[in-house]
Amino acid sequence: MDWSRGLIDLPSLIAIDDGPCSLQAGGAWTLGNVERLERLCQSVSHGRPGAIDVSGVTALDTVGAWLFEKLARQHGRPSGEADFLGASADYAGLLAEVRGLNRRKPAEKPRPFALMDVAIKTARGFAADSLAFLNMLGAVGTAFLGVLRHPASFRLTSTVYQLGRVGWQAIPIMALITFLIGAIIAQQGIFHFRKFGAESYVVDMVGILVLREIGVLIVAIMVAGRSGSAYTAELGSMKMREEIDALRTMGLDPISVLILPRLLALIIALPILAFLGSMAALYGGGFIAWLYGGMSPAIFVARLREAVSVTHFEVGLLKAPFMALVIGLVAACEGFKVKGSAESLGRMTTASVVKSIFLVIVLDGLFAVFFASIGM
Amino acid sequence: MDAEVIAVHVKDLVVGFGDRIVLDHLSLDIRKGEILGLVGASGGGKSVLLRTLIALLPKQSGEITFPASDNEEIVRRGVLFQQGALFSALNARQNVQFPLREAAHLSPDLLDEIANAKLEMVGLSIDDGDKFPSELSGGMTKRVALARALALDPALLFLDEPTSGLDPIAAGEFDALIRTLQRTLGFTVFMITHDLHSLAAVCDRVAALADGRIAAIGPLTDVLASTHPWVKAYFHGTRAEMLHLGI
Repeated sequence: MDWSRGLIDLPSLIAIDDGPCSLQAGGAWTLGNVERLERLCQSVSHGRPGAIDVSGVTALDTVGAWLFEKLARQHGRPSGEADFLGASADYAGLLAEVRGLNRRKPAEKPRPFALMDVAIKTARGFAADSLAFLNMLGAVGTAFLGVLRHPASFRLTSTVYQLGRVGWQAIPIMALITFLIGAIIAQQGIFHFRKFGAESYVVDMVGILVLREIGVLIVAIMVAGRSGSAYTAELGSMKMREEIDALRTMGLDPISVLILPRLLALIIALPILAFLGSMAALYGGGFIAWLYGGMSPAIFVARLREAVSVTHFEVGLLKAPFMALVIGLVAACEGFKVKGSAESLGRMTTASVVKSIFLVIVLDGLFAVFFASIGM
Repeated sequence: MDAEVIAVHVKDLVVGFGDRIVLDHLSLDIRKGEILGLVGASGGGKSVLLRTLIALLPKQSGEITFPASDNEEIVRRGVLFQQGALFSALNARQNVQFPLREAAHLSPDLLDEIANAKLEMVGLSIDDGDKFPSELSGGMTKRVALARALALDPALLFLDEPTSGLDPIAAGEFDALIRTLQRTLGFTVFMITHDLHSLAAVCDRVAALADGRIAAIGPLTDVLASTHPWVKAYFHGTRAEMLHLGI
């Protein structure tokens, strides 16, 4: 197969009215000329049946051979006669090779994207997700009870290591982000409250907002993005490389070996991070109140003491372990859903972050209703 | 087969990483239309040679030329990687279609037909085309990878341990497949293999890589007669087996 010649020799296909051949082909029948070849084949689609003269063909590859085979099938094979006349030994082998190919139509595939199918699929996916989440919650609960019964089986080293990863190493970025959020809230508050001379109420706003809602929520969202995604990717690639199957064959429960330490680390780390984050946000607020609002730190602290109570602080921190539980469980569920391909790993990691952030916000809303109804 | 024409000419090739020289002034000619098998110790530079030939690794000195090909043909070489290297996000048919789609403008129908034809040529069924790489067995993965390597009708095919990880029956079938396709399509094959059955059954010539050079090259019987210590050690334990095969 000579490609340079293939570029020069334009292919041709001529219908012949009489003689043993109905078609005469020439030139290079190769992939490089495929657009022209397809047009040629279409132009003779209504010719009379007969053999094809291929003596003028100067180059042939699988694509060309297949197009010839298609022509021969369309024009009907004359019985007892060779379909292709004048084929050199090289080309004859290739033409014979493609003769048996594509004889069977592929199975009809169901039509995708029918609206009803999509709706059913989504509903099924939601049900399966909920079930997997509850299943994981149950499995983790069982594993936790097992650890309570046999404390020696608890994986302390692993838990401490995970705590270092999701807790200790996360402190700088969490503190920075919450500091900035606190500063931004204070700046906006001062700017707008100044219009009706209520600047001092910025302290109330920053204090209550940060301690009750923003501190823990921002930290939980950051943890879902930072650690939840890492958990999913880790567990997913372990699943892909059969490490989890290997654990099972050794008689170990992947839930208690892999997931329980990670989940406990998250449940311990998130309240601590939420506390540190809230403090950093208050610092940010106070800093801006001092720089931008001209309120000295001593006055800020005094106003803060009047504005907030321990209840606000409790409301914020009580939510943290539950948010950690949701993030960890979603990350584990999605990680275990990873199939063999690299694409599925990426898809599940994305799903993990999206679902856990969604659930964290939903959970926050439910807690708001709950705390309001019990008067906290 | 035209024994006179050289498809790949390698002269004084030096490849190394930092201070470590892997290929030391290696010279090798691959003839057009032959199947050349390469044997060598693990970590001895077989894969490095293959990756240098397909320009995935830079050479320090020496020359690699393709006398029988023009530029376009060098681009259209097929490579079968050891693990298949199928794109995991695409199904088997799309994997075969990918190089075709990039190289030319085919109508969707023709693209499907060509991809199905290639899959059937390597012994798969049309329905296998819908499977994703993660759903394929080892042997099927190799076959899809071969179909993809053959998608553009390459003049030069590089195979990295095509039968590793296959059972003897599947390996034998794969050998026969390569032989048949090579006869039909007339390409040149350079294959790394540890499979002595492959060497005996499909390779026209065998090259032994030792100490960063080609220690022996020629038909298998000639290489078996080589006095190079590593080559002797490599074939010694299996000589009886080779005799059993009638070599």
